[in-house]
Amino acid sequence: MANGQPLTQQPLIHGNKTPGQVTNDICRLLDGRPSYLWWLAFLAALSLLALGVVAVSYQIRTGIGVWGLNNTVGWAFDITNFVFWIGIGHAGTLISAVLFLFRQRWRTSVNRAAEAMTIFAVLCAGIYPLIHMGRPWFAHWMFPIANARGPLWINFRSPLVWDFFAIATYFLISLAFWYVGMVPDLATIRDRAKGVWRRRIMGFFSLGWNGSYRTWLRYETVYLLLAGLATPLVISVHTIVSWDFATSLIPGWHTTIFPPYFVAGAVFSGMSMVLTLMLIARKTMHLEDYITRQHVGAMTKLILLTGSLVGLAYGTEFFVAAYSGNPYEQFAFRNRAFGPFAWAYWIMVSCNVLTPQLFWSRRVRQNFVAVFILTIFVNIGMWFERFVIIVTSLHRDFLPASWADYSPTLVEFATLIGSFGLFFTLFMLFVRFVPVIAMAEVKSVLSLGRGGHHES
Amino acid sequence: MSLENRRYLLGIFEAEEDIMGATRSARERGLKIVDVYAPYAVHGLEHAMGLPATKISLITLVLGLVGAGLKIWFEYWTTAIDWPINVGGKPWDSFPAFFPVTFEVMVLSAGIGTVIALLVSRRLVPGRKADLPVPGVTDDRFALVIEETDASFDKEATEKMFAEFNAVEIVERIEQEPTR
Repeated sequence: MANGQPLTQQPLIHGNKTPGQVTNDICRLLDGRPSYLWWLAFLAALSLLALGVVAVSYQIRTGIGVWGLNNTVGWAFDITNFVFWIGIGHAGTLISAVLFLFRQRWRTSVNRAAEAMTIFAVLCAGIYPLIHMGRPWFAHWMFPIANARGPLWINFRSPLVWDFFAIATYFLISLAFWYVGMVPDLATIRDRAKGVWRRRIMGFFSLGWNGSYRTWLRYETVYLLLAGLATPLVISVHTIVSWDFATSLIPGWHTTIFPPYFVAGAVFSGMSMVLTLMLIARKTMHLEDYITRQHVGAMTKLILLTGSLVGLAYGTEFFVAAYSGNPYEQFAFRNRAFGPFAWAYWIMVSCNVLTPQLFWSRRVRQNFVAVFILTIFVNIGMWFERFVIIVTSLHRDFLPASWADYSPTLVEFATLIGSFGLFFTLFMLFVRFVPVIAMAEVKSVLSLGRGGHHES
Repeated sequence: MSLENRRYLLGIFEAEEDIMGATRSARERGLKIVDVYAPYAVHGLEHAMGLPATKISLITLVLGLVGAGLKIWFEYWTTAIDWPINVGGKPWDSFPAFFPVTFEVMVLSAGIGTVIALLVSRRLVPGRKADLPVPGVTDDRFALVIEETDASFDKEATEKMFAEFNAVEIVERIEQEPTR
């Protein structure tokens, strides 16, 4: 492995594992009855989901007039949540595809969970535009299909149509990437399963995989190709999400910095969410040997990098507004920092710009409790970033007579809580039925840093 | 059609270095390597086996180009020919605005097409029964399958070579197959 060997001194996986031990450690989590802790978390998530289902049914039945929107603030809570969830998803693709291309082999311990997180987050995100249509039963009108209206085609010049295609592609490619990556592991479970049903189900989904190297060779090429396709895709998705705003003429939205700024913010928020989830999984599922200081350290450094990029973008926005000489642009940013939503702005700045700077310290990076708390702050901060961008740019528009306030209603809060319920319900099912750690990939990095010899 | 007995010699190994060494040695001796079974992708094994590079990336390229081409044509056809609608005074053929969706469709057709190509070419079908040479190749064992081609095949020497690379088990298989 002349070119693939990182300069790590310590083994990536602790405990001198053999491939057989890896299989046992990971499959053990799927055997037997789930723990009380699992039931507790699952039922909690499920009840949040139930709340969300009630809220969504209510607003579809009644109409989205139950939201706190008004003529001036036509986009607020729902689009905030949409962008928030899409952003969360991006770290999964970053870990599975971009870090794969960069040969960051520590990713093997976290990529499966991160990809699952991507898929669930995109599902959560997809709910919001669907509800926002008001009449979600016409959602298929987003497809360019021949129809009874002439056919009247969709407008391919609209960023909202671009967004639909971007999210749909992103979901399908992430799903394919996740599933293809999982096939060898499903075969491992199939071959050691004792129960008839598990063997049947895994036998169905493992596609007759038998570990033939002729298949492995082509499989590895396909994996590389998918990684190569997913990398520009993930950048395009959040770029297109940012174009939903940037192609408008609203001061505070109409800026060219939006695509890189959104992509950095997406990776930043997603990486924090991965870390939040992985730290919980590490503790509750006893994965200490697989998710080590090295993994957490590498992820906190990525958070530090992307957090600093986001901070730079905040500064650049203000500089450009000041330098533009455009009074509307200048007002939008003064209003953001010192207007009625200043509290939200400063929560955003302190969570997103200040907290990640603590990761410069090695002691903070290695203290998992501190890392856990800081990632929660980043999650909160990134939610507020989207809220600030959307609401503060809209609520005081060109005509002071139409200035308005915005506050979310209980239904909107319930929908947000419900989407967290959906996310965690799916995640709990995932940790129960699918190997959380990519076994076949971890087995291939066991020898790294152990002083064993490598050839090829 | 007559049936023909085919004999295979299987060496089972437990370490990456051993399967690599045994495969390389088998190839140097001119033995016919049917396949190697491994629980994970051992990098460099394709060189040891003498497998040619896969051409599946060509499929990705072609599908990507076809997807993108069809999409940009479709967007032009719907927007400029079939039912042109004046949106904000923009030209009918707004090619820069057509680009984002074209890109997404290119990625989608290339990506999904590549996965389907993998499944079809390696006959990975949902519900298909797995044909394992020995149990454990999806867990922690490696298997090298050699075909005993003719009378000149030196079984003892091959078994000795397997043993040199710490084979944990050596199995002989006879399968009846129709002659080709």
